[in-house]
Amino acid sequence: MSAEADAPGATDATAAPVLAAEGLEVAFTGRTGRSTARAVDGVDLEIGAGEIVALVGESGCGKSTLARALLGLVRPSAGRVAFRGRGLGYRPRELKEVRRRVQLVLQDPTGALNPRHTVYEAVAEGRRIHSGSTADEEEHVAEALARSGLRPPERFFLRYPHELSGGQRQRVAIAGALVLQPEVIVADEPVASLDASVRGEILQLLLRLRDDHGLAALVVTHDLGLAWNIADRAAVMYLGRVVETGTVEEVLAAPRHPYTKALLSVLPEAGAGEPQILAGEPPDPTRIPGGCRFHPRCPVLASGAAQAAGVAERCRSEDPGMLGGSGAAAQVACHWAHAREAEPTG
Amino acid sequence: MNPTEHPPDTPAEQPANTAGGAGPAPYLEVDGLSVSYRAGGGEIPAVRGVSFGLASGSKLGVAGESGCGKSTVALALLRLLPRSARIGGRVLLDGDDVLDMRWGRLRAVRWAGASIVFQGAMHSLNPVQRVGDQIAEPLLVHGSAAPAQARAQVSELLEQVGLPAWRERSYPHELSGGQRQRAMIAMALACRPRLIIADEPTTALDVMIQAQILRLIDELVTGLDISMLMISHDLSVLAETCDRLAVMYAGRIVEEGPADEVFAAARHPYSAALSAAFPRVGDPASRRAPRGLPGDPPDPSELPSGCSFRPRCPEVQERCSEVDPVLWPAGPGRRAACVQVLSPEQEHSAAVRPQPQPEETG
Repeated sequence: MSAEADAPGATDATAAPVLAAEGLEVAFTGRTGRSTARAVDGVDLEIGAGEIVALVGESGCGKSTLARALLGLVRPSAGRVAFRGRGLGYRPRELKEVRRRVQLVLQDPTGALNPRHTVYEAVAEGRRIHSGSTADEEEHVAEALARSGLRPPERFFLRYPHELSGGQRQRVAIAGALVLQPEVIVADEPVASLDASVRGEILQLLLRLRDDHGLAALVVTHDLGLAWNIADRAAVMYLGRVVETGTVEEVLAAPRHPYTKALLSVLPEAGAGEPQILAGEPPDPTRIPGGCRFHPRCPVLASGAAQAAGVAERCRSEDPGMLGGSGAAAQVACHWAHAREAEPTG
Repeated sequence: MNPTEHPPDTPAEQPANTAGGAGPAPYLEVDGLSVSYRAGGGEIPAVRGVSFGLASGSKLGVAGESGCGKSTVALALLRLLPRSARIGGRVLLDGDDVLDMRWGRLRAVRWAGASIVFQGAMHSLNPVQRVGDQIAEPLLVHGSAAPAQARAQVSELLEQVGLPAWRERSYPHELSGGQRQRAMIAMALACRPRLIIADEPTTALDVMIQAQILRLIDELVTGLDISMLMISHDLSVLAETCDRLAVMYAGRIVEEGPADEVFAAARHPYSAALSAAFPRVGDPASRRAPRGLPGDPPDPSELPSGCSFRPRCPEVQERCSEVDPVLWPAGPGRRAACVQVLSPEQEHSAAVRPQPQPEETG
């Protein structure tokens, strides 16, 4: 697509990614007698400079754990997190430097802001931790607020979070990240707690920060509409693995994995086709099924289509493997999709 | 016990529009409902004259941003508001006015006449009581069922909402979010109400679980022929689930009509903006183009003059500061409160008369 070539992220795809997960695994040991939860079970994912990547999946799929690992908040049990090509160190000093350049924006700004801190203090705090109180602090705080769309910034300095609307609070939280001049933002469900009308405003802000300042972002969400609205690339996660990745157009407009297809089919106003409602809850990361991890819920396997394509046995016994993280080409972890695409006649 | 609190022959001065136009008599009829809260020495209007009707077996969706008064409407229908709330207007449930019912009658109407499914199932269920006992409670209190009978009914209800019967022995924390919402629905259905009020029933849930719950609600409402009032901020969910849609802004309904028409071709600029905020995946128009609505809803204690949507309206005109538009016919079976849908002579009367009575078309 021509729009893709215009996007700032696409131009320097050859450079080292800003942030990357390489063969990343995060396991949580259960309480005595309980089994280990493999929350992230082998993920390669890259976020290029100036690129917005949407990490999509249901609750419990491991997407937030992956985001936390990318921020250095959880230590991986295998694999590594790389910032600008260098593996993340976990000594406090090493983490501190990376944490200035990789900033987190949380879902609920009301919980993220200290109710007894003014807007100015909330935004200045991160900067003080990293640079101390400098003479030009006010200038930086004002600039961060203005870039977040709170103008004129001086009017907001002495306000408290309870005096602001939900959208304004989220802008303050974003300003708190911007004041450190990060290279990438990790946003975990940045608009899930906001009203629909405000949601669009905050998404426009993320898009503008990328377009004007080249700020890359990993947006963790269960909202496919959000990915369609702002992301360049999408990675769909299921039970600790990325099962489909590619440009947003590839993944959301021409999905290949039965799980992605099912997610898209249940969107309200999805239009064409019968909604494919998967029964039951997403399975338990302490008991990841063998073979393809999606096979117990897979509608393609259940309908016999996988059998007809001659892959049903592989679905049950053979792990389709990990996908590469660059997303340079669309990839899917599905025996059936591969078999179908390998057929000479489409 | 069946006291009719007001004489049945009282003529309805201002008939609310029934949900389906000329269909069966509305089971729920809300007429000029207003709610204000006493706070800081003043009265803050939360709901400012809301009228609608809901025919038996039909589904009405009420949409709007936080603070628009939609949840206050839901709570007012069963008189669940705090004491500081002052309620005006009428809420006729099967002809009986809920607002001046005696306490005993009101108790009977709650659960058996109409029941509510709330948003946060974790907070609405008692954490230290087994799910089965909670579902049985309204049966024992209202249905005057014997304990053994109630237990049988609980198993039946659980099955109806897609939970295995052994789940009656579970505590709420042992259930997932979707399962808890199913348990809430089972409880709401327990006394076989004719109306279900669902307040953001799927808001905290994932897309797949949301789809499961919406399908369940749809099957139950259709299968048991009950009416439903569903409240949500998500216009796309309401458009998918309901027959008709009412969009609320600053305590009033600003647009009402068939769900798909309101969602796809809104007549009020606010409904249009709300609808545009939900992107259709695959639609090139919304690709890399998130759309929102600048500004915030007005402070209910300081409403602007004229149209209360005026300060945020992308299509604001000069006359909007003078005319406070009320709902006017805006096509077959549709109404909208915007000067743009008024014809010149209607506008004149709207400016003169505070409460015009529009002729219902269709």
